[in-house]
This record gives sequence, C-alpha cells and structure tokens, in this order.
Amino acid sequence: MTDVRLLSSVMAVEPLVPRRRRSLLRRVISNWSVRLGGGVLCVLAAAALFAPWLGTIDPTAMDPGSGNLLPGAWGDFNSLDGDVIPHWFIMGTDSLGRDIWSRALFGARVSITVGIAVALLAHVLGLCVGLTAGYFHRIDGIVMRLMDGVMAIPAILFAVSLVALFGGTLLVVIVAIAVPEIPRVARLVRSVVLSVREEPYVEAAIALDTPTWKILLRHILPNAVAPLIIQGTYVCASAILVEAILSFLGVGLPAEMATWGNIMAEGRSQFNQFPHNVLFPGVFLALTVLSVNVLGDGLRDTLDPKFNKRTE
Amino acid sequence: MRYVLTAFLFGALIMGVTRPSLAQETKVLRVVPQSDLKILDPIWTTVFVMRNHGYAIYDTLFGVDAEGQVRPQMVGEYSSSADHMKWSFALREGLHFHDGKPVTSADVIQSLKRWGERDSLGQRLFAAMASIQAKDDATFEMTLKQPFGLVLEALSKPASVPPFIMPKSVAETPSDKQIDSYIGSGPFIFKVDEYRPGERVVYVKNTKYVPRNEPASGTAGGKVVKVDRMEWVILTDAQTQTNAITNGEVDLIEWVPADQYLALKNNPKIDFANLVPKGSFALHLNRLVPPFNNVKIAQAALMTVSQEALMRAQMVHKDLYNTNASIYPTGTPYNSDKTSFFTGKPQLEKARALLKEAGYQNEPVVLLYPANFAVLNKFPPVMAALLKQAGFNVDMQSMDWPTLVARRAMKNPSTQGGWNAFITGWNIPDNVNPLFYAPITGNGEKGWFGWTTDERLETLKDEFLAVDSEAQRKALAVRIQERVYDAAVLAPLGEYKQLTAIRKEAIGGIVTSPVGVFWGITKN
Amino acid sequence: MFSFLVRRIVAIVPVLFVIALIVFMMTRFAPGDPAAAIVGNDASAENLARVRSNLGLNDSLPVQFGRWGWQLLQGSLGESFFLKKPVSELIGQRIEPTFALTVMTLVMTVLIAVPLGVIAAWRHGGWLDRMLMGLSALGFSVPAFVIGYVLIWIVALRWQLLPVQGYGRISDGIGPWLSHLILPATTLSIIYVALIARVTRAAVAEAMTEDYIRTARAKGLSETRVLTRHALANAAVPIVTVIGIGVALLIGGVVVTESVFAIPGLGSLTVDAVLSRDFPLIQGITLLFSAVYVAVNLMVDISYLVLDPRIRY
Repeated sequence: MTDVRLLSSVMAVEPLVPRRRRSLLRRVISNWSVRLGGGVLCVLAAAALFAPWLGTIDPTAMDPGSGNLLPGAWGDFNSLDGDVIPHWFIMGTDSLGRDIWSRALFGARVSITVGIAVALLAHVLGLCVGLTAGYFHRIDGIVMRLMDGVMAIPAILFAVSLVALFGGTLLVVIVAIAVPEIPRVARLVRSVVLSVREEPYVEAAIALDTPTWKILLRHILPNAVAPLIIQGTYVCASAILVEAILSFLGVGLPAEMATWGNIMAEGRSQFNQFPHNVLFPGVFLALTVLSVNVLGDGLRDTLDPKFNKRTE
Repeated sequence: MRYVLTAFLFGALIMGVTRPSLAQETKVLRVVPQSDLKILDPIWTTVFVMRNHGYAIYDTLFGVDAEGQVRPQMVGEYSSSADHMKWSFALREGLHFHDGKPVTSADVIQSLKRWGERDSLGQRLFAAMASIQAKDDATFEMTLKQPFGLVLEALSKPASVPPFIMPKSVAETPSDKQIDSYIGSGPFIFKVDEYRPGERVVYVKNTKYVPRNEPASGTAGGKVVKVDRMEWVILTDAQTQTNAITNGEVDLIEWVPADQYLALKNNPKIDFANLVPKGSFALHLNRLVPPFNNVKIAQAALMTVSQEALMRAQMVHKDLYNTNASIYPTGTPYNSDKTSFFTGKPQLEKARALLKEAGYQNEPVVLLYPANFAVLNKFPPVMAALLKQAGFNVDMQSMDWPTLVARRAMKNPSTQGGWNAFITGWNIPDNVNPLFYAPITGNGEKGWFGWTTDERLETLKDEFLAVDSEAQRKALAVRIQERVYDAAVLAPLGEYKQLTAIRKEAIGGIVTSPVGVFWGITKN
Repeated sequence: MFSFLVRRIVAIVPVLFVIALIVFMMTRFAPGDPAAAIVGNDASAENLARVRSNLGLNDSLPVQFGRWGWQLLQGSLGESFFLKKPVSELIGQRIEPTFALTVMTLVMTVLIAVPLGVIAAWRHGGWLDRMLMGLSALGFSVPAFVIGYVLIWIVALRWQLLPVQGYGRISDGIGPWLSHLILPATTLSIIYVALIARVTRAAVAEAMTEDYIRTARAKGLSETRVLTRHALANAAVPIVTVIGIGVALLIGGVVVTESVFAIPGLGSLTVDAVLSRDFPLIQGITLLFSAVYVAVNLMVDISYLVLDPRIRY
C-alpha cells in the first residue's frame, strides 16, 4: 500500500560488509537496551529451565484443602494421592490449591517456548514467501494479495477461530498465532529483496549465470538478517501476549497446563479478594514481554536504525 | 463552526446527565441468571435456566409446595376413581393466555402430548395411558390402561422438563422442531422484541393473571408478581456479577459461585437468600462408547471419586456442602447407605486393579469441562487428576455450558466428537425418587445422556411404579440405588447449598422453591 | 484523482475474495460435525441427515463456497446455529457498543498519543523522552485484561467513580453511555497510546532533522508552529499509516476488553460464538471485521492525497 514511500526509504541502506562483523557484535552488546532486555530475559529463561530446583512442586498437583492461600504462607501440601509436603507458598495458591510460584515458573517454559516457536515459524514461512514474491516478479502480485487478505483478518479472530476449530493443543496454538504474523515478515523480506535486487553486484551475478538459489543465499539473505532478527523479537513478544489472551478467553492451551494466561483466567473470578492469582503471572508476563521488546529496540538501534521504515 | 460543535456537545452532555431516569416509575427487578438462555423451547433442553424461564411465562396443572406436597395450580377440582385408573380434572376460573384467549382443555391436552413425547416420565405416563380427552372446554379426563403410581407427581414435577401449558397451536409444533411463539398463561410475559441473546432477557408483569388465593409456596399457591418488569442481565464473569450487585446495577444473583461466598458475606450491602434449597452434583458416564461401555472400567472410574476433595474444590467452605454417598438426598425418605462398592472416598488401588482386570488399553477418557461456568468449573480439573492417578488417560476439553449441553447429546465415540464423562448439578426434587431422577435409565439409546443398557434397572423402575405401599417403594428404591452403582450409571459427588445473593434492604419476598421462581419478590 | 480512487477500490476486490476464501476454508476444514452440534438432544440419524442437507454440507466444497459467496453478495451472512437468528441481525444488535468503544478509544488515543510523541521528539534524547518511551514500552507489554482489572479495582470499586461493567445505550442517555465507556476506552487506549506515541516520536524526530525545520526556525517561527505546522504535518503519513494498522490490533483488543467489562458488543459475541463453535456467526464476524480493516486502510491511502501533496497516483 505504501510501496512507493517504502522503496524510496529502503534504498538508503547499504548491505552489511563482513569485515565489520566483529565490531558490530561488540556494538550490539554494549547497547543499554540490549543489556537490560537481554539480561532480564536470560534470568527468566534460566529460572524456567531450572524450575524444578527452585523450590517448586508439581505445577498441576492440586490440594483443594489449601485453596486460596495468601502469598507467603507456610503449610503442608496434601496431594490427592496422600503425599504430604511442607511447602512455602511464596506466591500463594489458586482456588484448587495449586502453588502459583510453581505454576508461574513452569508457565515461563510454555510462554518462552511459544514465543520462540511462533517467531521461528512465522519467520521461516515469511522468509520463503517474501523471497519468492520479491524475486519472481510474476507471482509477486498474487502472493501479495494473498498476504493482504491474511493481514486484513484481525490476528486475534484468526487465532481464536483456528483454536476453536482445531482444538487447543500446543501445535494448533503456535500455528494459530504464527499465521497472522507471516504477512508482515513476508513484506519485510520482500522489501529487502526488491531493494537489493537492483544493486549492481546482483545484476552482475545474474549476468554470470549464477543459479537463483545462490543469489538468494549469498547476496539477498544477508541483508535481510538484521531486520528479521529485530522483527523476530517483536513477534516473540506479541506471541507471548496473544497466547495469554487466548488462554484468558478460554480458547488457548488446555486448562490443566500451567501457562500464565491459564493462571490468570482461572483467577479472574476472584480478583477482588485474591488478586495474587492475576497479579503475579501478570507481572511475569509484563516483564517478559517488556524485556523482549526492549531487547528488540536495542537490536534495532544497533543493527538497523532504518528498521521502522521498512515495515508498514 | 468549532464553537457550535462544542456548544452542541456540551448541551448533549447536560441533557444526558440530567435526564430523569425511567426506572423510578416502573419497578424493574434485575436478575443475573445462572447461565445464558439460548434455547427457548422447554422440551428441547433440561438446563435449569430454561426451567426458570418456563415457570415465569407458563403455568402448570399442579405445583409442589415447600413441603414437597402436590397442590393444584391451574386445576380447580380433580378426582380419581378408587383404583386410580380414571382421573378427571377441571380447570379453575380466570385462566387466560397472554394473547387474551382462555385456556381450554384442548390446549392442556396438546401441551401434555408434546411434553410426553420428550420427557422420560411423560413418556411413561403416556405409555400407561389409554386415553386423555376433553369433556368440555374446562374439564378433561385421563384413563389409564396400566397402574401408574405417580400421576399427580408427573403433572406437577418441577424436575427436568416440567409439563408447561401452551396454546394448542404452539403445542402442535412437532417435538423435533423448536417452538417460535412464546405465549403462555403464566405470571410473566416474555418480551420477544427486547430479547437479546447473550445480553438480556426481558419479562413484564402479566397484569391479567389471576393468582390463586393461597400464599405462594414452592411452585404452588398464588403467584403474585410484585414488580412491573424483570430483566435477566447475562453476566458470565463471577467477578463482574459481584461488582454489579455491589454497585446496585443488579438486584439478585441467582447462583453465586462458592468462591464469591466470603466476599459477599462480608459485604454489608448483600444478603443471602434461599431461592432454591439444597442440591447435589453427580458424575455421569457415557456407557455407550468405549472405554466406559465396559462396565468394570466404568466402575473403576466411579471408584476414583473423592467427594471431599471435589466438593471442597467447588464449594470451598465447609458450611456450604456435605458429602453423601447415596443417590437420594439426605433427609429424604429413600436416602440409604447401601451403596454397593461406592463410598465417596477414593479407592485408587482398587481402581487400578480393576482397570488391569478389565483390560483397559489406555483409551482416552474425554471429560467435558465448562470452563467459564463458575458453578461447575472446579470439578473437572480435580476429577481429571483423580482419574489420572488411577491410570486413566484423561482428555479434559474446555467449552462453554450450552456447548457442553449440545455435546453430551452426541452418541459418537469420544474421539469423534462424543464424550465419556461430565459433571452436572441437580436440585432436591430432581432425585428425591428414582422415577424423577432423569439420568438413571437403563433403556440404552432411548434413555438419558449416557445411554446405559441395563434391563434390571428398568424392571426395578417398572416395579416401583406398580407397587402400592410406601414400604415396598422404599425397598425398591434401595435396590435401584445399588443397581445404579453396579451398572456404573453415575456417582453422586456431594450436596451443596445454592447461594442466591440479593441486595440487602432492597429485595424481599423470596419464595423458596425447588426451581428458581421470581413471583413474590418485592423491590423498593 | 478519480481514476486513483477507482483503481484503489478495484484493488480491494481480490483482497476481499481472499478473505472470504480463507474464512470459508477455515470452518469447512475443521474436525467435528457442525450438524451434530445443532441437533442436540435428539441426535437420531434422520435428524442429522436432514440438518446436513439443510446446511448444504453434503455438496462438494466449491459448490458450498459458491453458494455461500452468492449468499454473501446478496447481503446475507447466514443463520446462527444456536440462536436461530440471522447473523446480520445478531451483529446489528451488538454493533453499537463495539463501534462506540472503538471510536472513543481512537479519539482518546490520538488526542493523547500524538502530543506525547511530539513532545518526546522535541526533547529527543532527554529524560522526558526516555521516560515517555519507557512508559510506552510498558504500555504495550501489559495485557489489556490486567490493565482492565486494575482500573476496575481502583476506579470503580475503591473510588466508586464509575460503573463496573456493562454498557449504556445512547438511547438511554448520554451520561450513562459515557460513564460506562470511560474505563474500557482508557484500558484499550493505554496500549494504543504506547504504540502511536512511539511512531509519532520516531516520525517527528526524523522530520526535525530536515533542512526546512532549520529554515523555519531561522525565519523566526515560534517553536509550536515549527512543531505542528512543519514537523508534524510532514510526519503525518507514517502516523496515519500506523493508526490504520492499529485498527486491526484495536479489534483484537476490543474482544478482550468487552470480556472484562461485560460489554455486549461484537467482541463478546465472538468469544461466545467461538466457545459454542457457532460457525456461521464466527464467519460473519470475521468477515465484517476484515472488511472494516480493508475499508479503514483504503481511507488511510486516500488520506495520503490530502496529507502529502507530493504523492500523485
């Protein structure tokens, strides 16, 4: 829709040159946003990874007798098959007696997995679509109309319909969140391809009869890497949020699974009396999404300051 | 131009804020019903909200008072022959439908016929009936060909599908099509034009209704409506409901989920009322499709029930629930502790052994989960955990309540859109005797959801209907109970007190009845 | 210019076709039998067969699509499975709250975000800029329902200022209408203010580096004039673009907000429809929203002609 303006601004970017790679990495790491966002993210990821050793119990184990304990309570956890475990309920319990701290940490695993999986899926598919559309002029029109159509359907509606129709398994949720993101990635890749295609060295390569795939791989792809990484972080953040929203509405991952959205959905009916059900996972969620967004900002500032002009 | 716009906006604002509120002239009772009313044909569904709707706009021949006694409602005089095989009924004076036409025997008979096609007790009544005929516009006679001990109970039953009386033309709608006219003869009139599914249901007082002279009690007595208008405000979120009643935006919450109990108890603006007395919950199994079509596997599932854990999870506070291993409510005549292998306490070891013996091959058990139906949504996760511990492969599927109701009607295998287990609630009149208790059927696919095939169960029920003495009925009731467990039809999960919240000092006159009735309620 | 309009409108047609195709295929390829869902209580074989032929589920897919498409072009969106009413009627009943909420959110967002972004760009690199951008990052990281619940807790329950839930129809008075909408609109706005403020800041900051700004300052124009007449005006195109794209996100946000505030709009209708697998309703709403998005973006494109005289199509 704004192809004219997009192209003109994209033309201004130079392709990355290999000999600058080392100082680039250092530049990236010394950026404040990258440090902050990346740091928090690493802590969260580590916590998710080492969850079983961080004072948690089985996140799906319930003890109706210990329902709705306030954060900080000490007590015995009586599991359904008779085990008694003394436990410090740092973040309290939900109405079925499940420990919120345990659920939140294990939920981090799900959220981070969903975020990364969605970002990867959307980018791999978007890359293919964008490369073909940008390079092969004849199918460009059709493909972009298709992408416009997909983009016109509000992402939540798309995700919600897909989950309703195909059931709420992890795979369906990931696909349902990824598909609406593909057009944006495709547009991004396509704009990069369109700009680079006109460069003299590409023309030279074509004249030398270099096979298409080599051209795509050697010359075009490296220019797309930076914007894709940045886009990837934003997609990841958005995916984590959308998953939470889907669970909150009741059309996300299975309810017994410990995900942040599910914890909040379960606790919403008692928000007035026991806000800890919603607030703790909410803080985790906000923190994760925020750190990913901040990381993305930092990457954008160092790797590709003209990023905002590429995307619509 | 800018100034004109600003002035206009200002004016509109002032007008909006100072506009007198209509509500001061008409008394509107705002109720939050337990769930959304989606289906408007009484014989099409057994959900409680339908029953409440039905009792508002329709009238019944007989009612049941607070002591459980059958009392005439639309009927004035009635009599039966000594052997109870011939019955004669006369309608009382003043009965009119909402369109002004009088209620005649022809309307009554056609309504009963339509009801008798779908309701299980109605089916039995009509199977035992030789004929039902109108003698004139106000009297009709029923002749039986077999003894049927529950004639009045059937005509008054508030359980499952009550026999509501509709105009003949409406009742002539085939029972496999939904009615499209909602004219009744009850104390409220349904305003179809203001009905917005998912948002609100509107009734107005039927000013031409002639109530009986007796005080209201249960579904019997004089149905005097003390407000001008009743609006059902559909709010599915429990938090939103609580907030709304605290703020005075609604007056009554029909069924408060237990997790709001403490908040409302400590709320100075809210009181609890007894709209409906106790009820019970039960786990229902699908005995038609695998794996529960194998009775041993089904029994193993019932053995995993831990009434204490399940009730605690759903009702939270000790004063709101009690356990009860009998299928009949505590305090009723047939309640008994002869419950076969079922104890209400989890027997996980026995269940595991039984599963092995029955040759369970890890087939999935689809447990239906009404995720946003606050009065039932804590059971399935606990039930799933209990079943898993016994070795079942549980697939708990989320859906909303109306979808669950539609899904439980499917007879396909559970992997193809069917189901294996679900949990629902019942009110006291529903399971006070084995013939009222809709789910205990043994006639396979013609029976209630779950479609158990057990001839012995059906024979016992027939015997129950045929005998004369209460002592015999009691003995049979106990045997039926044991048979229900042996055939693994269902397992009771415990009993609960249904909380109804009202705005203190604004709402009064609640009539306790086995279903939710809204006449008699006053608002200031 | 007229030919531009025509060309733009014609370009929409294939997009709408693609949307219709996607929506149709989504529901037809799902597992489970929609006919069984309707029949409910009496799922006998003859009933199922009758319903299936009523819905045309026995015909081949292209035929079904053709029939459905033809219905669409005639303005009929089909009939809801559960509620037995035409989808268009159900949508019509619920459109007012959603429309009101969306418009109010947009107005609030633009009125707050654009000035914020301009100020942040003006003080580019300063503490105000950093703080605003930090807050905005927070704004679109916290999910709408958390913001909603916190606002309800503080404003409606603690301070008792506004109603907790529901929607006041305009026909019942402007006062209730406004008071019911303020909290939900604020909840949604927080997210969009964050997004729009960022883009505004970036675009205005970019414009501020241009030569004409230096000229304007040299000419002696007041800073306000420089910011509004020159910087903002030139940054208008990307800002308006993002507002257009934001509409799609806004629709998604509306679904959640209506759920939290119990507003009987299209968003909660969607959730209901999805939870009850009511396919015609899901289809109808998705089509409607997509069409709205396409229309909004068309208007955005047309607005470029007004905002940027350099663009000639």
